[in-house]
Amino acid sequence: MAQTHTLPPLPYGYDALEPIISKQIMELHHQKHHQTYINNLNAALSAQASATQTNDVPTLISLQQKIKFNGGGHINHSLFWKNLTPPGTPGNELGGAAPALREAINSRWGSQDAFTKAFNTELLGIQGSGWGWLISKGGPKGRLEITTTKDQDPVASGDVPIFGVDMWEHAYYLQYLNNKAGYIEGIWKIINWAEAEKRYTAGVENLLKL
Amino acid sequence: MAALFSTSARVALRSGASASYKAGAASLTFARGKATLPDLSYDYGALEPSINGKIMELHHKNHHNTYVNGYNTAIEQLQEAQHKGDIAAQISLKPAINFHGGGHLNHTLFWENLAPKSAGGGEPPSGSLAKAIDTTFGGLDGFKGKMNAALAGIQGSGWAWLVKDKQTGQISIRTYANQDPVVGQFEPLLGIDAWEHAYYLQYQNRKAEYFSAIWDVINWKAAEKRFS
Repeated sequence: MAQTHTLPPLPYGYDALEPIISKQIMELHHQKHHQTYINNLNAALSAQASATQTNDVPTLISLQQKIKFNGGGHINHSLFWKNLTPPGTPGNELGGAAPALREAINSRWGSQDAFTKAFNTELLGIQGSGWGWLISKGGPKGRLEITTTKDQDPVASGDVPIFGVDMWEHAYYLQYLNNKAGYIEGIWKIINWAEAEKRYTAGVENLLKL
Repeated sequence: MAALFSTSARVALRSGASASYKAGAASLTFARGKATLPDLSYDYGALEPSINGKIMELHHKNHHNTYVNGYNTAIEQLQEAQHKGDIAAQISLKPAINFHGGGHLNHTLFWENLAPKSAGGGEPPSGSLAKAIDTTFGGLDGFKGKMNAALAGIQGSGWAWLVKDKQTGQISIRTYANQDPVVGQFEPLLGIDAWEHAYYLQYQNRKAEYFSAIWDVINWKAAEKRFS
């Protein structure tokens, strides 16, 4: 029997990220969108288990993209919920919450402002659905890089996703409409730098058991 | 007098009030070499309840217009790079031209292949296209089912199109990622926008409901014209 995945609870209330992200967006995003990735992942894994038993290689191959898309959706959203925190909490301060990461960001980009600017440019450059990430190359305390992944592609295995920003339209549209820049400006006020520091220094042990 | 006439004619054309806008292949508008946002041949609220007026307004005035502007910027940069003979810069502009130019083409075709019910939206195709759909998909319902399955299967942003193969003349359903346009071997007949901005304000995550409702405002006359 294939292992089934379940929706992880949010570490805060649906309205806790207001006014940056509305309660309605958070409810739909978590209860509907994330849940759908999990349902489709479970279905694909179960089909994979049957195909493995019957040694049905064509079916196994045809399931790979479904597993990548829906498994990626599950991983990415699980990381995302945890790398956000309500505005005005101590985790929002890069300096206070993430001393090691702050030093690494400053030495790589010169300043937090320059980093934020570079990250925003990457986010706005995404053509279609996707994610922007700060990653640590090759493991914890590696070289920092800003990267984007398309659709629900997860960050390359081996690299540590320090934090991610969902740039699918469903992540902001009900509140920001086509004003992507407004969403991005707000997201910096709810980044969980304490979680980012943890991932930067120690990595993410199990992407689905955060 | 002549100047006055040409001015008012242009205003009438741009106002969107002149509903004589004919649906047809690629009626893209270019003024002094620049792409401009084409007017809709119907009001923003005219596709309700399938697509609400707010979606149509944002989709046309903001999203489509952003592609028009992005395309014009990219083409300006391209011309500059060509002028300088900068090959690397010309190549690096390719994704922007594909994305914004594709967005402009796709949306222009999309507006044309939609129509309010009062203007024939949802009326089934006739003539040679209807015949081709029967032969290829076993009927209009068979086609809609397969098109909706293709739309539902898009992973991320993109479009599903009924296309004609230029080599064989046969029709088929193809999906395209993001704003990739239908070019090359295939000709676009009928497109449905599966980007979330096309339906989210009204349908949220229930995209199957949008894919089902849009058939009530499909302008098959535009598709027939492109097919023949």
